[in-house]
This record gives sequence, structure tokens and C-alpha cells, in this order.
Amino acid sequence: MDRIAFLLATGLARGLVIALFALSLVIIWRAARIVNFAQAAMAVVAVFVAFAVTALTDSFWLGLVAALVAGAVVGYAVERWLIRLVPARTPLPGMIVAIGLVMVLQAGIGIAFGPQHRPMAAPFSEQPFTVGGVPVLSPYDLFVLLVALGVVGGLALLFNGTTLGLQMRASAMAPEVSRLLGVRVPRMVTLGWMLSAAVASLAVLLLVPTELGLNAHSGDVLFVHAFTVAVLGGLDSPVGALVGGIVVGVLISLVTGFLGAGLAPIAVLALLTLVLLVRPGGIFAVKEARTA
Amino acid sequence: MSPATPRPATAAAAPAEASTAAPAALGVEGLTVGYAGAPVMADLTLEVPAGQIVALLGANGAGKTTLLRTVSGLLTPRSGRVVLDGEDLSAVSVEDRVRRGLAQVPEGRSVVAELSVEENLHLGALWKIPARRARRDAVEAMYDAFEPLSRRRRSLGHQLSGGERQMLSLARALIAEPRVLLLDEPSLGLAPRVVAQLLDTLRDTARRTGLTVLLAEQNVTSALSVADRGVVLGLGEIVADAPAADIAADPALRHAYLGF
Repeated sequence: MDRIAFLLATGLARGLVIALFALSLVIIWRAARIVNFAQAAMAVVAVFVAFAVTALTDSFWLGLVAALVAGAVVGYAVERWLIRLVPARTPLPGMIVAIGLVMVLQAGIGIAFGPQHRPMAAPFSEQPFTVGGVPVLSPYDLFVLLVALGVVGGLALLFNGTTLGLQMRASAMAPEVSRLLGVRVPRMVTLGWMLSAAVASLAVLLLVPTELGLNAHSGDVLFVHAFTVAVLGGLDSPVGALVGGIVVGVLISLVTGFLGAGLAPIAVLALLTLVLLVRPGGIFAVKEARTA
Repeated sequence: MSPATPRPATAAAAPAEASTAAPAALGVEGLTVGYAGAPVMADLTLEVPAGQIVALLGANGAGKTTLLRTVSGLLTPRSGRVVLDGEDLSAVSVEDRVRRGLAQVPEGRSVVAELSVEENLHLGALWKIPARRARRDAVEAMYDAFEPLSRRRRSLGHQLSGGERQMLSLARALIAEPRVLLLDEPSLGLAPRVVAQLLDTLRDTARRTGLTVLLAEQNVTSALSVADRGVVLGLGEIVADAPAADIAADPALRHAYLGF
């Protein structure tokens, strides 16, 4: 029983990081109607910047700000100088270019910084509190929890409570009509990329202290998990990303705890397969329903 | 209608109706447009005088939608130009044409399906009325003018009937007080009574505000009943350009190009 409580708590903390990354996929889907396979590689670039800032200033917090800013800059650059040049009549060319970008970014990071993992320190203790003798969440987990909830709340406010969010939603759903209403659609798409990349960078930054360390592939597994979550919860649904993230996080934690870490990726892929079997079209079914 | 200030260029020209900008004339000069291969229209020239409603008539494929999309800037012509109040719009983006007072309601009831009625209206007013309170007043004024919409404020676009969607599309275009309105087939798929209501609202608005309208329609009788002038398009060419009553009374024209 104690073991289950511990695994559930750990799964929750891990799931929130996955949810945060899945949210970034939801944002870019809503803003630009693209599944951005380069999201993790772009985020890792931003976290390398954060790593450098933290190393120079000895401050996790300046590193965190740097990750957000660098993420937004990377998002801006990729959208303006790469994705905008890709024909957008179907989603496929954009996805293929994004996969190519993954290869270029990961190879570039590998050439520049080598394959080793660079450990990053967490700003709070990772020793879990104990409740009635049972270890549960650590202070760092609580910090991740607060950040994730804050980002979810902030995004909900942005999209549903501001005119900028209204324009971003309209641009994504009906670009041509939005232009005819005077909305500067290309600007909204760029903003969506910046916002999405910043949130993804934040997720990777929060993850790295709990892992071996930072290298070119630090975001890969997180991307696979978050992609599963995005399919699970629906690419259009921030709430789906949050709930789905926690479900996948808990699943990974339980499978790791009871069956071994080696089986966790298989469990996630099994879940993905199951979801795709139940909803055969997966994410593209969502898209077709939207454009019909 | 709203406390928004008119653009400086037009402010001085409308002393009688403080809330309404001066009507603008729309011109199309030597327009040649094609998607790929043969042009859809070649060397087309058309004048829409300020404050008039001009019905753009013609069968499917005559080029009505192509012409409207070129005027609004969604399509780039191969040659020729679109002129608004003497200004060449060739280098002006769609979004900036809107800011010059040129609004288009595209074909097929262009409501954003995932947004509510209220959000659709706010979206239409955003560029013109950035202040939230003033924009709310403008939205309320639209609910007054299009009464059925006021009962569906929270409904999403896809939950509306065809007539409500067309009404919302029109209200959303009018809320920013355009000087020239391009309307593409507002009657499409609507019951005759609903069409009559919509066109009446359009005519009243145009008379009251001096709005210039280019109305593309296959529903010839309805369109001519509110129009000052009729322009008949046949395969990318203007085959007739005359007062609405004359077009309606010309049996040969009706038979050859309008199919009745």
C-alpha cells in the first residue's frame, strides 16, 4: 500500500512534466495546425542556453528565464525562417521538415557539446517528504506541480480571456476568414510557435534535474510520452493534455515500480496503440473533423 | 453606432453622420486573374460608385467569387489593379485593405465554427475598436440590429442555423463600419423569407450609412430588388452593366446569362 502511494505520487510529478510538454504540442496545434516533431530538439537547444546561463551566474532562476526566452527565440526563428517557407496545403511537408530539423539540431548539439550527460542541479531538494512514514512528493515535485498548474492557468486565461488569445484561436481555426476580419494571421502563427517552444523548453528544463543530465537527446523520451498524451487527450484540448499527462506519468511509474523500468516504454506504446485502435484516425481524425 | 473614431482620412468628410465614414468608390481596372493556365477573367474593368449597391450577377463559374477574392486581396491578379477611393491597392495586404474600410463576407457563411456568436462579433470589431468597453457597446448595437443573434450569444458557430450564420457573418462585417462591403452569395441555401430579411437589413444599412456594396448573387430577382445597378458576368467578361430595373426587364439577357 505504501509502495502504491509512493508510486502514485512519483507518477503525478513525472506526469505533470509530460503534461506541460503535451500542452506545448496543443498550443502549436491550435496556433499553426502542425504536429511539431522538432519540439523536443528545439527545447533542448533552449535548455543548453539555460544551462550556460546557470553555469555562468550560478542561478537556477536566471537559467529558467533564459530557457523561456531562448525557447521563444528558437520558436520564432524556426517559424519565420524555415516552416513559413514550406507549402502548407497539407500537413505532411511541415512534419517532414520538422523531422529533418530534429536531425540537424541533434547532430549540431552532438558536434558542439559531445554525447555526455551534463548534470543539472534542482533548485529544491529532491528528497521526498514522508507522510505517516510513506515517502511522497519532494519539494522539487511540489515546485513542478505549481509551475505546471500556473502555466495551465495562464494559458487558459490567455486563450479564453484576452483578445490576443481570441485572435490566435481564430487564426488557427479559420485563417482566411480571420484575415478578412483584419487579424494579422502570420503574426499570430509566429506567436503560437514562440509560446509553444517556450513552454516545451520549460518542461525539458524541469525534467533534466530529475534525470541523468542534459544532452542532445534529453527531450526524446519526453516527446514520445507527450505525443502519446496529445493523442490520448486530443490535440485541441489543454485539459486533455493535463489529465492525459498525469495518466501516462502514473502508468509509467506503476509499471516501473512493479514490472521494471525496461517495460515502461512498452507500456506507453501499448497505451498509444490501444488509443489508436479505439480511435483509428488518431490525431488526424481530429483534424478532419475540424476542417470539415 | 459606436464611439470609435473614424480614420483620420475620412473624419472630416462625414459631418452629418458622425458615426459613419464617408462612402467610398471601388474601381477595378483591367483585371486579369487566373489560377493556372487560362485566365478566369481577362482585362475586366468595373466601377462601383460610392453609396450604391451593385449586384454582380452570373451563373456558376462566371467569375463572381474570383472577382470578389481579387478585390479583397486573397487572390493576386496577373495584371490590372483594384482602386479604393483613388488609391491603388496592389501593394496593400488583405489585413490592411480591411483597415481601409474594405470588408468581405465570403461565400459559405464564414462564421468561425468553434467560436461563440459573441466572440465572432468581437473578432470582427477588434482592429477598429481596441477598447473593450466601446467594443462591447458595438456588439450590443449589432444585437439590436440583428435581433435573433442576441438570443444566441453563447452559442458556438456550428450550432447556428444557416440563416443565423449568414446574419452573424453580415453583422461581423458591419460592426467595423466598412465603407465598401463585398458580399458573396448571401442567399446560398437560405429560405426565401430569410433572404428577404437579410437583404432588407443590408439595404437599410446601406441607405443609412452610405455603405457601398458589391453583391455577388445567383438569386437574381432578390439581388436586383435591393440593387441600384446590375452587372452581369459571363465567363469572366462583363456582358451587361445597367440600372437594376433595366437588367430585370431584359428577357434576352435573363435568358442568356441568368438562366431564367
